[in-house]
Amino acid sequence: MSSAVFSTSAAQSRPFVFDGEEVIEVCPKASGEEFFGEARPPQRVVSESFLGAFKDSRLAGVTPASRLAVRLTPEMVSSGIAALDALTGGLPRGCLTEICGPASSGRTTLLLSALAAATGRGECCAVVDAGDALDPQCVADAGIELDRLLWVRCGEDTPQNNSMRKTGSDTENKNFFKSDSHDPEHRLEQLLRVTDLLLESGGFGLIALDLGDLPPQTTRRIPLTTWFRFRRAVEHTPTVLLAVERQSIAGSCSSLLIKLGSQAPGIRQLMTTQPAPTHAQLLTELKITAEIVRSRMERKPARSAEVIFSSKTAWAG
Amino acid sequence: MPFACIFVPNFTVAAVFRAEFELRARAVAIFEGKPPLEKVFAVNDNAGRAGIAPGMTKAQAELCSELTLYPRSLLQESAAHAALLDCAQSFSPCVEDAAADTAILDLAGMESLFGTLPEIAHDLFRCGADLGLDVNVSVASNPDAAMLAARGFPGVTVIPSGKEAECLGSLPIHVLFAAGSGNQQTKGKEKKSDQEKEAIRLLETLERWGVRDLRALAALPQVALSERLGQEGLRLQGLARGSASRTLVPVEAPAIFEEAVELEFPIVLLEPLAFLLNRLLEQICARLAVRALNTQELRLTLGLQNLTGVDPESDTVGIPGESDVSHGAAEAESPAQHFVSGRQRKFCRILRLPLPMLDPKLFLKLLQLDLNAHPPGAPITKIHLIAEPARPRSAQGGLFLPPSPEPEKLELTLARIARLVGEARVGSMELLDTHRAEGFRMRRFVPGTQPNLSRKTSEAAEDKPAVAALRMFRPTLRVTVTLENGELARVSCTKKKEVQGTVLWKAGPWRSSGDWWDREAWARDEWDIALQSTDGVVLYRLVHDLLGGGWFVEGTYD
Repeated sequence: MSSAVFSTSAAQSRPFVFDGEEVIEVCPKASGEEFFGEARPPQRVVSESFLGAFKDSRLAGVTPASRLAVRLTPEMVSSGIAALDALTGGLPRGCLTEICGPASSGRTTLLLSALAAATGRGECCAVVDAGDALDPQCVADAGIELDRLLWVRCGEDTPQNNSMRKTGSDTENKNFFKSDSHDPEHRLEQLLRVTDLLLESGGFGLIALDLGDLPPQTTRRIPLTTWFRFRRAVEHTPTVLLAVERQSIAGSCSSLLIKLGSQAPGIRQLMTTQPAPTHAQLLTELKITAEIVRSRMERKPARSAEVIFSSKTAWAG
Repeated sequence: MPFACIFVPNFTVAAVFRAEFELRARAVAIFEGKPPLEKVFAVNDNAGRAGIAPGMTKAQAELCSELTLYPRSLLQESAAHAALLDCAQSFSPCVEDAAADTAILDLAGMESLFGTLPEIAHDLFRCGADLGLDVNVSVASNPDAAMLAARGFPGVTVIPSGKEAECLGSLPIHVLFAAGSGNQQTKGKEKKSDQEKEAIRLLETLERWGVRDLRALAALPQVALSERLGQEGLRLQGLARGSASRTLVPVEAPAIFEEAVELEFPIVLLEPLAFLLNRLLEQICARLAVRALNTQELRLTLGLQNLTGVDPESDTVGIPGESDVSHGAAEAESPAQHFVSGRQRKFCRILRLPLPMLDPKLFLKLLQLDLNAHPPGAPITKIHLIAEPARPRSAQGGLFLPPSPEPEKLELTLARIARLVGEARVGSMELLDTHRAEGFRMRRFVPGTQPNLSRKTSEAAEDKPAVAALRMFRPTLRVTVTLENGELARVSCTKKKEVQGTVLWKAGPWRSSGDWWDREAWARDEWDIALQSTDGVVLYRLVHDLLGGGWFVEGTYD
C-alpha cells in the first residue's frame, strides 16, 4: 500500500490529495510566524475530527487520482497494408491521424488502401478533396466500393457563396480566408466547412481530408483550434479522421502521425544498377517508407520506427 | 352497427382558415365571382356579427373596415376535403364521402382497435384538429342519425343506440335540408336548383304547419304526412326519428397530397416564403402521417407575378402540365430539377429524395437550400406543393452492422455541401465504359444498407502490394518538353513551378485512341517520367495529345 501524501499548493493554497488513507503532514497554523519561527521535523498528525471537517469543507469537489476515469484505448482498424498495421496497430477510431510526406511518397496509395479496407468492412467513407486530385480509375482499381465513397471536390464556387462573400454574411473564417474560387485558400476554406458538416452528420467510418496538393504555407494557416474542434467532434465516435498533407500541421491534436519518405533513394539505386530500367521494374514495385513520428496509442514516449512496403500499378496484376 | 360522422361547419371558411391560421381571430368574408360582380360567398362568425352576410357585393362588404376579404380558393377547399377523408380513413377503411364537408365512417369492429365509441369520437375530433380543421363528430347507430347530429350539435356527440329520436328531437327542422344538400357540388346546376326549390317548398310547408324541430316532425301521423308530402315526407320523418337505415357507399380516398396558397401580395424574399412553405409542409406531412405514408418526391410550383406584360388570362397558373413535368424530368440527374413555363409565369422545383421520409423540418431546409441555389427570379403570387406518397422504408437494424449515416441527416448534409461546392461536385463516382481520360461521372450518393458479402470480410490486411495511386491535375498542366535525339530530356511548366526538371527516367509511350467515329475523337501517347524536384524524385504521367497537339502533365504517382 502506498503512503499517502497531503500537500498544499503554495500558489493557491489548494490541497492535493493523491491517496486519502493516511496523512503525513498537516499544517493547521493560523499565522505564518509560528511556521517559520522554528524549524521542526514533519510531525505526523492524526486528527480524525479535523481531517473529516477539512475534507468536508475543502475537498468536496476534488476527485482522487485513483478514481479518475481511465481513457479507453481506441479501437484500431486496418489500414489495408499489413506491414503498416504491424507497426502502428492500424488506424485509431475516434482520433485524428495524419499522413504526411512529399509528392510521390505514397500518401494517396495509403489513403486508398485505408478507404478500400473501410468500404470492405461495409462502412461509408468520405473524401474531402481540396485539390480535386482523386482519380476514379485508381479508386476502383484499389478495390474501393464506389457506392460507399462520398467524394467532395473542392475548388469551384457557387453564386450564393460569391454573394455571401461580397455581403460578408458568412462569419466563419471570413477574416481568415480572402480569396477567389481557384486559390488554395478558397479550397481550404471549403474543405474545413465541408469537414465540419460531415463530422456533424456522423455515421461515416472514415473521413479523409486530402490536403496533399495545397502548399504548406497555406495549410499551416489553419488555426489549431480548428484541429482541436475536429478532434473533439470525432471523439467517442467510430469515425477515423485521416488527414493527408505534405507536412504535419495538426500538432498535438493528431493521435497518430505517419510520415512517408521520398522514393528518391530507391529510384536512384534502381537507376545506378540498371541505367535503363524497364517500365515494369519501376511502377510494379514502388518502395514506400513509412515512419511513426507520433503515436498516442500507448502510454509511453513516442518512438520512431520505420516500415517499408511496396505498391504497384493496377495493370501489373 | 355504429357509424361516425365528421362534419366541417362553414366549410369554405374552414378551408381558408386551414391555410391561413392567423385569420381565425379576424372578421373574414370569402368572395367569389369575376370583377366587378364579386359577391360574398361565406363569412365567419366575427364577420356575421359585423353585419356581413353572404350575397352582399364586395363593394358593400368593403365598407366594413375590420373585415378581411379573401378570394374563394377551390384548391384549398379540395385540400381540406382530402384532409377530411384522410382523417376518416385513418380510423376505418369504410368511409363514405357524403359531401365536401361531411364524411361518414363505419366503426364496426373498430372498438377493439381504438377503444370505446366516445374515445373514438374524441380521437376523431383531435385528428381533425391536427389536420387544421375544426370539426363536429358524432357517433350513432345509423349513418343518417350520425350525420344529422354532426350537423346540428357542435363538438363531440355520442348517441346511444335506441335513443336517436330523443337526442335528435331538439334539432331545428332545417338541418334535414342542409343534410340533403351535401352532394350538390357534384351534380348539375339544373338538378341542384330543382332540389333547392323542392327543399324550400317543403321547409315553408312545415313552417306553416308549425313544425319547428325534429321532435315535432317525428310526432306527426305517418299516413296523414304521406298523403300531404308524399314519399319525401316519410323519408324526412324517418330521418327525424333516427330510424332510417341505409348502407354506406364507401370510397377510396385518392392518394393525392397537395396544398396550395394564393397570396394577396406577391412575395419577393425567400424568408417569408419559408414561413408559408413550413405551413404547407406541416399540413401535407400531417396528412401523410394519418395515412401511414411517407414521401419520396416533393414538387413545388410557384406562380410568379407577370412582369413581361403578357396577358395574365392567357396562361393559367396552376398545376404543372405533363409537358412541363417531362421537361423537368428530362434534365440531368440532379437531385432537384426545375423548369419555368414558356411565359415565365410558373417556376417548378422537384425535390427527389433517395428514401421515403416524413420530416417537415428537413423538407423545409432542403427546399430553402434548393431555392437559394435556384431563385425563382420574380415575385411569387401562388405556392402549390405536391407530395408523391410512398410507403415508409422498413429496415431491420442490427447490432453488428457497420456505422452508416442517417438518411435524413445525410440528405441535409449533402444539400449543404452542394451549396458550398456545387451540386455537380459532390456525390459518388461512377466509371464510364470508355478508355478516355476522365471517363467518369458524378452521381448521387446513396449508400447501400447491406454490406457486400462477396468481398472478403477479414479484418486483417493482406500482405500484397498496394495499388499505386495517381493524383490528377485538374485541369491538366500544359508543359514544354525538350527532346534530345527524339528522346524526352527536360520538362518545364510555367503554371506550376514544381513540375520541371531533367527527366531522370521515362517509360513509354503507351498509345491509346478512341471515339474516332465521333466528333470528339481522341488519341494520345502517355509516358511515365521521373523528374528531380526540390523534394526529391517525383513520378509524373506525361501525355502528348496527338490530335490537338501539345504536351500535358496529367498527374503524379503518389
